Amino acid sequence: MSKSKTQERAALLQGTLDMLILRTLLYGPAHGHQIGKHVQRTTNDFLQMQHGSLYPALHRLEQKDWIVSKWEVAPDRNREFKYYRLTAQGKKQLVLEQSKWKRMVEAVARVLSTAAEES
Amino acid sequence: MKWWWQFRKRGADVERELQSDLELEEEEQRDHGASPEESRYAALRSFGNPTLISEQTRAVWSWNALENFLRDVRISVRTLFRSPGFSVLAVLVMALCIGAATSLFTVMRSVLLRPLPFRDPDRLVMIYENFRDAESNAQWSDKTPVAPADYLDWRAQTHGFEDMAAWYYFPPNLTGEHEELPEMVQAGGGSWNLFPLLGVNAAIGRTFTESEDRPGENVVLLTWSLFQRRFGGDSSIVNRQIHLNGKPYTVVGVLPKWFVYPDAEVQLWTPYAGIGADVISHHEYHFSRVVARLRPDVSLASALSQVEAVQYQLHMQNLHAPVAADVISTTLIDDLAQDVKKPLIILLCAVGCMLLIGCLNVANLMVARSAARQREIAICSALGAKRITLIRIQLIESLLISMAGGITGVLLSLAATNWLVGIWKDLPTAQNVHPDGVVLAVACALIFGAALLAGLLPAISSTSKSAIAETSSRTPSHTAAGGQVRTALRKTLLTVEIATTVVLLIAAGLLLKSFWRLRTTDVGCATDNVLTMRYSLPGKKYDSPTKVNAFNETLLERVRALPGVRAAALGSTVPGAGYGTDDLFTIPEHPAVAAGAMLPEALYRTADPGYFSALQIPLLSGRFFTDSDRTSADRNGRPKTVIISDQLMRQYFPGENPLGLHIHSMRGNADYEIVGVVGDTRYQVGQSDKVTTYFSLLSGDNSTGLTLVVRTSSDPLRISIPVQKVIAELDAQLPVSHVLTMEQIIEQSLGNASLSASLVLGFAVMSLILASVGLYGVLSYLTIQRTGEIGVRMALGAQRGEVVRLMLGDGLRPAFYGLVLGLAASVGAVRLIQSMLYGTSPLDPAVFASVAATLLAVAALACLVPAWRASRIDPMQALRTE
Repeated sequence: MSKSKTQERAALLQGTLDMLILRTLLYGPAHGHQIGKHVQRTTNDFLQMQHGSLYPALHRLEQKDWIVSKWEVAPDRNREFKYYRLTAQGKKQLVLEQSKWKRMVEAVARVLSTAAEES
Repeated sequence: MKWWWQFRKRGADVERELQSDLELEEEEQRDHGASPEESRYAALRSFGNPTLISEQTRAVWSWNALENFLRDVRISVRTLFRSPGFSVLAVLVMALCIGAATSLFTVMRSVLLRPLPFRDPDRLVMIYENFRDAESNAQWSDKTPVAPADYLDWRAQTHGFEDMAAWYYFPPNLTGEHEELPEMVQAGGGSWNLFPLLGVNAAIGRTFTESEDRPGENVVLLTWSLFQRRFGGDSSIVNRQIHLNGKPYTVVGVLPKWFVYPDAEVQLWTPYAGIGADVISHHEYHFSRVVARLRPDVSLASALSQVEAVQYQLHMQNLHAPVAADVISTTLIDDLAQDVKKPLIILLCAVGCMLLIGCLNVANLMVARSAARQREIAICSALGAKRITLIRIQLIESLLISMAGGITGVLLSLAATNWLVGIWKDLPTAQNVHPDGVVLAVACALIFGAALLAGLLPAISSTSKSAIAETSSRTPSHTAAGGQVRTALRKTLLTVEIATTVVLLIAAGLLLKSFWRLRTTDVGCATDNVLTMRYSLPGKKYDSPTKVNAFNETLLERVRALPGVRAAALGSTVPGAGYGTDDLFTIPEHPAVAAGAMLPEALYRTADPGYFSALQIPLLSGRFFTDSDRTSADRNGRPKTVIISDQLMRQYFPGENPLGLHIHSMRGNADYEIVGVVGDTRYQVGQSDKVTTYFSLLSGDNSTGLTLVVRTSSDPLRISIPVQKVIAELDAQLPVSHVLTMEQIIEQSLGNASLSASLVLGFAVMSLILASVGLYGVLSYLTIQRTGEIGVRMALGAQRGEVVRLMLGDGLRPAFYGLVLGLAASVGAVRLIQSMLYGTSPLDPAVFASVAATLLAVAALACLVPAWRASRIDPMQALRTE
């Protein structure tokens, strides 16, 4: 019982995480650390990026061919990092996920507002 | 290995990525002014457990399952090495079982399942004549070879088959271009369309043309093996001549190497019609095999019904003659394998049973071992191992065992298959027997099936919640209850094992008894110290009965003069050597046979005056042939006297003295006076007696070849070379063939009865050993488990005898249940082998009783040691270990 619940929650977060990563990469190539930091910064630390989910998510997206990776020297560090880049397919996916997310938010909002009126 | 390299690379890549990002985090912390050590800890804190992250990340690439699997394999290998005795035993059991199964399947696949190498082999069928009454069918089972005139009518009058071809065996004397190097060979007389029908082209030259398939056209096709062996593969032999029975034949072609039909003994082919125009016009000479190719748009049933209609017409037109009323067909591949199909299926069933027992035994061993490992499993389970993982580990163990066993077994089977093919008579040779992809696939399936069967049951039972709970909560001495689940499981496994063993033992017992019956049948003549050999005087050189007689009489005279020879004689054939030829007859002194009834039929033999005394066939009344018989002669110059067998007298002259009466032979077309009655002989071991007529050989008849019979005072084989030298002195070009003792002739006709019987016995004995090892194992385990209880019992005054009885009862109960179950199953299973039994009832009480006794004795023996050990338990010792 408890097992299936955690799986549901993870799946929900996972979907969101994928979208956040793809969205971040829309601005240009970035490595794992940058992606994590960026999400954290833009949400004013509201969303804490767990490394334990970030890296598996990155590799999963790479496996789906939505992003590609390459070892490149960082301009400021003079050291190689693994940079991820959005593919055309990934861009399409991002559009898809964003519209899905919007519909989801609207739907949830509608449910919440009707619930408020009734009570 | 590419995937392995990628796997390693991917792993390294993940490590590097995490490392670089972690270092970056650390650097950033330092940039904020933290000390190196602090920044390292801060970085780790914000990052989390890098090992865990890397594992989770790698899991994305689904290498994880593989890694887990490899880990499980490592654990299993280690576990197996920890108990080498168990492992070696289990692997050996699996190797034997899987090896035997693979060997038999290889034979089966090659003989029964792989398509024949002919064009569209699925549409090839054999058609036989089929008599409707059982007695006429007895000789050929239900498939009687086809008479040539019947075949020609079928071919001309039916339309359901693309074409029909016919062939027959004949044994010519082959000599070279200048009549040198005589050799008796087996040959085939095949209709011109046989080769196109099968889809065979000559490798060199051509096959027969339609115009060559006429009497008097002397052409010959060589098989590849004769071409290589005798003519050194020199293709200039084509269009040259060889001699068959002294007549020149022109070689028109050589058949390809792969063409081995109907068997490897056939060395050359001549046209079908070569047997003679008079023979071909007969409806009652059953010697041809008919191969037909079904038209693609016609069903076999409708094509056959046309042939049936034609055959019924022929039957109605020839009511007095043995012309069958019906036809029967079989596929070509089944026809080639008909003698081995049944034994093969029975052997496969037997080996299947043995494999089942082997698996159950390994399962049993694993259940026993899982008892010892209960603690380990409980700890793993407590540490969070999932049940599925525990089951998987155990399954991997059984998989490793059966894989090691299977690979050894398949290697063993390569050798075993060759051995089996070597000793298995009548195995069709149109196909090479060798393992192929399908065989390997089946072997793999067997390995996995065996692993599942042997591993799943113990794994599930040992990881069940109750089993784990019991071990973890109770002290060792109270595990009796926990063990009971396992013990019950082991007892069930044992019962199945023993039941299967009983079935196997009974099958083996019946086959052995039937073989022994066959072996000890009395064929009705002397079998000790009798040598036989065949020769056939070429008609060109021996063109008059006088010349034939002169040769035969000189030969007998000289052979009789050899030291160690007690008697020598000539006849067309000897008892036990096969059906030979038959003849229809009437009895002139009796009322004529009713219209529509078939004339009486008798085996047709020729014999010289000394034949009966040489073979010690007893004279019951009258006399043997004598030289004075020569005064009367039929159209062939044969004396008009006949000797009949006892059975003929009983059947056709009941309550009458046949001496002086006559038999009208259809072959001789004359009346022959009955001058003697001799004892019955069997034409083949395993066949019932048949009425026999003997005609005098004194005519100089040379049509069917002759068998020289020599009775000696000591080892008959030692006289063969002197006899052959005598023949060479008389005619250096005359080959002899079939140099065999009477014992060898009988051995040959036993066919594979001894092979099937001993193989099934082998499997049964293996199974018995396996089952008793299982029984021993279970009881030993039980003894250890019940040590405490037995200690208490003894402390309370139980006698050693009672303890032995208690333990024996415990062990013998599954044996007894298994026995009862097995006996019941056997009653059904023996139906399968019923048709292979001779003179033995499938429910033979002696076999059933002795199997039951053997099994109980072996079971008692297997239980006795652990039971005795239980009775030696020192009560104080037992109670103290509590």
